[in-house]
Amino acid sequence: MDWGSILNNTLQGLLTPTTLAFSLAALGLAMHFGFAGLLNFGIAGFMAIGGYGYAIAVLTFGLPWWAGMLFGIVGSIIFALILGIPTLRLRGDYLAIVTIASAEIIRLLFLTTAFTDVTGSADGLFGFNTRTDGSGFQNANPLPAGSYGAGPFTYNEQTLWVLIFGIIMLVVGVVLLWALMRSPWGRVIKGIREDEDAIRALGKNVFAYKMQALVIGGVYGAMGGIVYATFANVSPGVFVTSLTFFIWTSLLLGGAATILGPVIGSILFWTLQAFLTNVLSEVAISGILPVSTTQASTLRFVLVGVGLMLLVIYRPQGIFGDKRELTFVK
Amino acid sequence: MNILSSSHTNRLARGIAISFLSFIAVLGIAMPASADSVGEEYEAAILGNVRIDGEPIQGVRIVVDGNGYNAETVTDEKGRWLIGVPQTGTYNVTLDESTLPEGIAVLEGGATQEVEFGRTDRVTKNFFIGEGTRNATSLFDQIVARLVYGINFGLMLGLAAVGLSLVYGTTGLSNFAHGEMVTIGAVLALIFGVVLQLPLWIAIPIAVGLSAGFGWLMDAGLWRPVRKMGLGIVQLMIVSIGLSLALRYIIQFFIGGGTEQLPGFDEPRVTLFGATALSSTDLISMALSIVVIGGFAYWLLKTKTGKATRAISDNPDLAAASGIDVDKVIRVVWIMAAGMAGLAGVLWAYFRPGIKWDMGTQILLLIFAAVVLGGLGTAFGALVGALVVGILIETSSLLIPADLKYVGALVVLILVLLVRPQGLLGKKQRIG
Amino acid sequence: MSNNASPQKSTDLHIGAAVPGCQKKDPILVADHIKKTFGGLTAVDVEHLEVPKNAITALIGPNGAGKTTLFNLLTGFDTPDTGTWSLMGNSLSGVPSFKVAKLGQVRTFQLTKALGLLTVLENMKLGAKDQKGENLLTALVPAIWRKQDKEIEVKALELLSRFKLDAKKDDFAASLSGGQRKLLEMARALMTDPVLVMLDEPMAGVNPALTQSLLDHVLDLKKQGMTVLFVEHDMHMVRHIADWVVVMAEGKIVAEGPPDTVMKEQAVIDAYLGSHQDTDLGEVTGRIKIIKDGGQA
Repeated sequence: MDWGSILNNTLQGLLTPTTLAFSLAALGLAMHFGFAGLLNFGIAGFMAIGGYGYAIAVLTFGLPWWAGMLFGIVGSIIFALILGIPTLRLRGDYLAIVTIASAEIIRLLFLTTAFTDVTGSADGLFGFNTRTDGSGFQNANPLPAGSYGAGPFTYNEQTLWVLIFGIIMLVVGVVLLWALMRSPWGRVIKGIREDEDAIRALGKNVFAYKMQALVIGGVYGAMGGIVYATFANVSPGVFVTSLTFFIWTSLLLGGAATILGPVIGSILFWTLQAFLTNVLSEVAISGILPVSTTQASTLRFVLVGVGLMLLVIYRPQGIFGDKRELTFVK
Repeated sequence: MNILSSSHTNRLARGIAISFLSFIAVLGIAMPASADSVGEEYEAAILGNVRIDGEPIQGVRIVVDGNGYNAETVTDEKGRWLIGVPQTGTYNVTLDESTLPEGIAVLEGGATQEVEFGRTDRVTKNFFIGEGTRNATSLFDQIVARLVYGINFGLMLGLAAVGLSLVYGTTGLSNFAHGEMVTIGAVLALIFGVVLQLPLWIAIPIAVGLSAGFGWLMDAGLWRPVRKMGLGIVQLMIVSIGLSLALRYIIQFFIGGGTEQLPGFDEPRVTLFGATALSSTDLISMALSIVVIGGFAYWLLKTKTGKATRAISDNPDLAAASGIDVDKVIRVVWIMAAGMAGLAGVLWAYFRPGIKWDMGTQILLLIFAAVVLGGLGTAFGALVGALVVGILIETSSLLIPADLKYVGALVVLILVLLVRPQGLLGKKQRIG
Repeated sequence: MSNNASPQKSTDLHIGAAVPGCQKKDPILVADHIKKTFGGLTAVDVEHLEVPKNAITALIGPNGAGKTTLFNLLTGFDTPDTGTWSLMGNSLSGVPSFKVAKLGQVRTFQLTKALGLLTVLENMKLGAKDQKGENLLTALVPAIWRKQDKEIEVKALELLSRFKLDAKKDDFAASLSGGQRKLLEMARALMTDPVLVMLDEPMAGVNPALTQSLLDHVLDLKKQGMTVLFVEHDMHMVRHIADWVVVMAEGKIVAEGPPDTVMKEQAVIDAYLGSHQDTDLGEVTGRIKIIKDGGQA
């Protein structure tokens, strides 16, 4: 067992574009589920719309990178509105099923060969971050080419630019969510989570508030998808239902009804994933366990599943959550 | 094999062209390189011959579409074509009739036909072409055929859906691990029918029985204890998501990522009437579904436990107060739900065809759609919902691309909820 | 449950005989032809109802008479099959529940809806209307809403001290007793500055030690110019504080009048006794107790 390389790889997992992207999505889910009590199991759909919206705007419409990102965000707002009108009146468990179905509809629409010219079908889209006309995200990179950082945290200028962008988005996201949730608006949202009829009886338009929460969380999800797209290809294989479940796991790990919980939960989750990937493949290669490397990487997801079960049964408020602010009210 | 080639002499047979099945290709040996082909980098391929009265037709456009892949080619001077595909599975093959000579059309099954890979990574697809008007299969025949396939699919979904619905009705759990219960049924049939080589009529009952036993185990080992801990329904749902992930990857750990087949999966389809062609497996599958669902309906309506189950779904507190042993009934419900899901898994393995680690997850959303459509917690609603979903999926492919057929069903689900949130057969919750 | 100072009753509220659906001199809420059926079962069928302004009206009747359903219909929490109703001349038919509350008709619930995961003070602040900080965009700029929030807090603390809950202001509402939650819900409703307060069984499940103060609070509402309509099973409370009593049975209004006379009406006695035979034992025992209570007073 090469513990040095395992440690090195695990540390790398602490700060990666993936972690930042999925942290943003987890923040969106915190808005939806943690604060507003909306059982959204379609966060991967919002991410897909953000990522694809950005890529399609750049590749098909020739928009510059920042306008492409705005396009992705507008797309997620429209999706949230369309999704919210029929579903926000539904009971929680129905909402879960409908949102999971909606995300799958979105994914299948990106997967179908009917729109291959625009969506790239199963291959997805790529080559939208660096543009020959200089309007791409990487074209806007102010960093000179080179190697930055040290040890496991060594990045080239492209990755560092993605990281800087991702961190800025995440910090802005955290601050905005914090500002919203300490305001009277946040008070109404928390009230709705617990009992919407009580809030209605006090003269608040519950539907409008839920819709606002759905849209805001959706924009966070789309930002997650966009940050993901700044360094990786977007393809239907990424935005699968399992991704939604992984983001739920990281949210619950950190604490659903907290501001920093989703971020820390995501970092923990994806670092743990990196650690397990490395350890398990070492275990397989060195023959400590009689399993193949493919089987070893399967074990990682078994552990995620078991971990999620134990978490929800024994510590539903997450690591940082307050038991009294437990979200599972109904 | 080429039984139709003799029809050449028969004037009544409309001069049907040869359907040319190459044994060599079926055995998995590559066609000669002279065939006009695309996607040769892939191991799997669909191939065929376009001939009329033994004469090859060159330059006919063939399109293969499915599993997120799309490719096309034209036939070579010998009428041959080959399209490589990235993975085995089900594809739609289209023969572009406008590239056929004047007055020649596809005579049976329409210009677009479904192709399923069997055990090999080569599959042959030939079209019956001849003199005639294009789209020889009438729309009516096509709709009838799709309806029959839809009912077959719907019955299979129904087997899984009624169990999911009953579990929801009695425990409030939206069980996301139900898809894995379907997979487990198929995997058990694989173990007993293929690995241990037992005859199917023994292997399948064993698989269903062990699936039911797995249901007992899940209730005894997990769901009853967490119920006693007083977890809320959202918590229970997320626990089931964790369980689903764990079980799915445990299955993958053991059977790998590939596709396995049960014996008899490639029974030929026989045309029954119009454009409706079913294999003996399809017929047995439908009959089995109807018998099991009928037995289930009898159980639910006539037996003491069945009545108790419905009472608990209606009002658990009242049921408990009137002396029903709620825990015992829930245990029975879990056993039945898992048994039926296991059987659905076996049938799904034939319908797809193939056994894969995530085969249950592939239809989980459709099962949920059926349950929600019918009304959460109502057993017969789930059955109606399953038939609606099944028929919708099969018939919608007449209108929309085949790879969007699940989208159609899911969109209808959302639209129905918009108008009737309680589902088709669900009761409106009384307020106050 | 005797009381030293009898409260000042409002009298002479109606025009003509005190019969079901009779006219009031100064009605605040007028309802016509309200009908609601659940799968063939008529839950509410009210021909005409007027609620007198600045008075305390009690809505009584046996279990299943349709009192809570009527409450839900009048407040927009449920939609009737037919019917129109208006508050101070403004039609409320088809108006969503949150707008009904905004118009000044606020309700509480039979099963208390104190928000356990918020503190008592946060619960109170939620009641205040027209908060600038409750708008999504202005919420991000505390400078816009901070001053108003402070004013709301002062008002909330004042109400909390009246309801003897000020010591608990930073506790989660979940930690309150059942009676305290009822008080909190009522206090929170008052934060909306209502004109008509509708209380659904305000005394149910309340510790006897707290009932007196709850009664006083209800009477206070009238003193402050508000109108109260409440559903109650406790006949002592009805007799003690109500100025007017409306009796419902099987969805219909069967009697109306001042408390002392209406309780003696044959229709009321029938309403309570009549539905005896076809109900189960649990309900009957509860009902007998109610009648005994009524008879003793």
